[in-house]
Amino acid sequence: MKKIILMRMAVMVGLIGLSAHALAENVQSLRGAALEENSTDAIVMQYQKDEEPIPRDYLQQPPLIPHQIAGYQVTIKHNKCLSCHSWSNYKAKGATKISQTHFENRDGAVMSNVSARRYFCSQCHVPQVDAEPLVENTFEPVDAMRH
Amino acid sequence: MAKKGIPLSVLIIGVILGILFWGGFNWSLELTNTEEFCISCHEMRDNVYVEYKDTIHYNNRTGVRATCPDCHVPREWVYKIRRKIQATNELYHKVLGTIDTREKFEAKRLELARHEWDRMKENDSRECRNCHNYDYMDYPSQGRRAMDNHIRGFDNSLTCIDCHKGVAHELPDMYKDDASAVILKH
Ligand code: HEC
Ligand code: HEC
Ligand code: HEC
Ligand code: HEC
Ligand code: HEC
Repeated sequence: MKKIILMRMAVMVGLIGLSAHALAENVQSLRGAALEENSTDAIVMQYQKDEEPIPRDYLQQPPLIPHQIAGYQVTIKHNKCLSCHSWSNYKAKGATKISQTHFENRDGAVMSNVSARRYFCSQCHVPQVDAEPLVENTFEPVDAMRH
Repeated sequence: MAKKGIPLSVLIIGVILGILFWGGFNWSLELTNTEEFCISCHEMRDNVYVEYKDTIHYNNRTGVRATCPDCHVPREWVYKIRRKIQATNELYHKVLGTIDTREKFEAKRLELARHEWDRMKENDSRECRNCHNYDYMDYPSQGRRAMDNHIRGFDNSLTCIDCHKGVAHELPDMYKDDASAVILKH
């Protein structure tokens, strides 16, 4: 009796091993390399140097950041972006001031300072790298925004 | 022969002692002027040092580093000694445990930062200029914003620390003090 159980167990282990191997062959990894292989090297992109403001494609678009932001601290204690883009500093720094929408809370009430939902700038504004678009895009700006 | 003045042997011993003492003094100055010494206490290692490792002065394109004493200890002898004497006060607070937790450190941080800002404002950011000299800055090869600000800033006798706070550490809690953040006038 004991012997039979042991035999069955051995066969089961063997089967599991086999099917796991078969599975591994079929599974497609999202990394783009086979499961048991190392990842392919990431493509290293360089951020673009400071340039002129980048034209916008539609009215409500958060403008893209046309300059480097490496090392800029935006924390609950301090906001580097506002040292140039706030209403009190933009003139001296020659930067665009943040628009009034940045003072509105979600109910549309205008706050006395930057609204919490607009405080962490890089949620919406992003710096640029010289990369090909990941998917094709046929969007055309309306005539008024055409550049 | 009557003995006049100091005997030769005493003189020689004096000179030797002098050399030893002077050497030892300079040796300890040098020893305390290393990054290892600066971060040998946990107040520095667990706060400013970990933050510094994420900044341009630790990790950058060319791999050239600025260490703690490069920015915080003057190179010229007179200023160096003055700063070292002040530092004994910091040791005293170390013994008292004034900033022995992260919370206590954060609470004190604005005050500590202000001391450094004032010191650098007063000496025209001397330690920065040991490495970065604006006489040798090639403005056109800098970014648009850097070029504009440097030409205008130096004409208006601003100094590095006026515009470049927080180049090596996280900044203290100043959002409440000055809602538009950074350019803190004091
Ligand atoms: C040292 C000052 C400075 C700092 C700090 C700074 N900016 Fe700017 N920014 C500028 C200037 C100047 C321009 C205008 C570019 C020009 O005309 O050369 C600009 C342009 C922009 C624009 C484009 C505006 C438009 O109308 O197209 C965005 C968006 C922007 N910055 C976002 C940010 C964000 C987000 C941060 C923080 C991560 C930041 N900036 C930090 C100076 C600054
Ligand atoms: C929730 C998304 C969001 C966040 C967060 C945000 N913005 Fe914007 N920003 C926008 C949008 C959308 C626009 C364009 C429409 C508008 O003005 O509201 C804009 C416009 C701007 C402009 C151009 C203003 C103009 O008059 O053309 C600047 C400069 C800017 N943002 C800077 C900032 C800075 C600095 C921060 C951080 C303090 C920030 N933004 C945070 C969405 C955001
Ligand atoms: C020991 C020399 C040294 C000292 C002292 C020093 N720096 Fe630097 N600094 C460097 C090096 C090296 C780099 C990085 C160069 C590179 O990009 O590879 C750098 C980079 C910078 C940058 C460029 C940041 C960027 O994002 O490109 C600024 C701004 C700066 N330092 C300001 C300062 C200020 C302000 C001080 C004084 C508080 C200072 N430095 C003291 C060596 C030094
Ligand atoms: C009036 C303000 C101002 C003053 C004063 C100032 N800087 Fe700058 N500096 C800037 C701005 C703005 C930039 C570009 C944006 C950034 O890097 O954050 C910059 C960029 C830099 C860079 C990077 C250069 C590049 O190619 O982009 C270095 C290095 C630097 N500064 C060092 C210094 C040193 C050293 C001093 C003192 C001798 C100094 N700065 C004084 C505003 C200033
Ligand atoms: C590139 C120059 C530079 C280097 C390198 C540097 N510091 Fe600082 N440090 C500063 C400046 C400038 C301040 C003033 C506050 C600020 O702007 O961040 C400061 C502030 C401080 C403070 C006061 C508290 C605070 O965060 O403001 C302490 C403590 C300190 N530094 C310790 C260190 C130690 C330890 C190291 C080495 C691990 C170090 N620093 C490396 C420039 C530097």
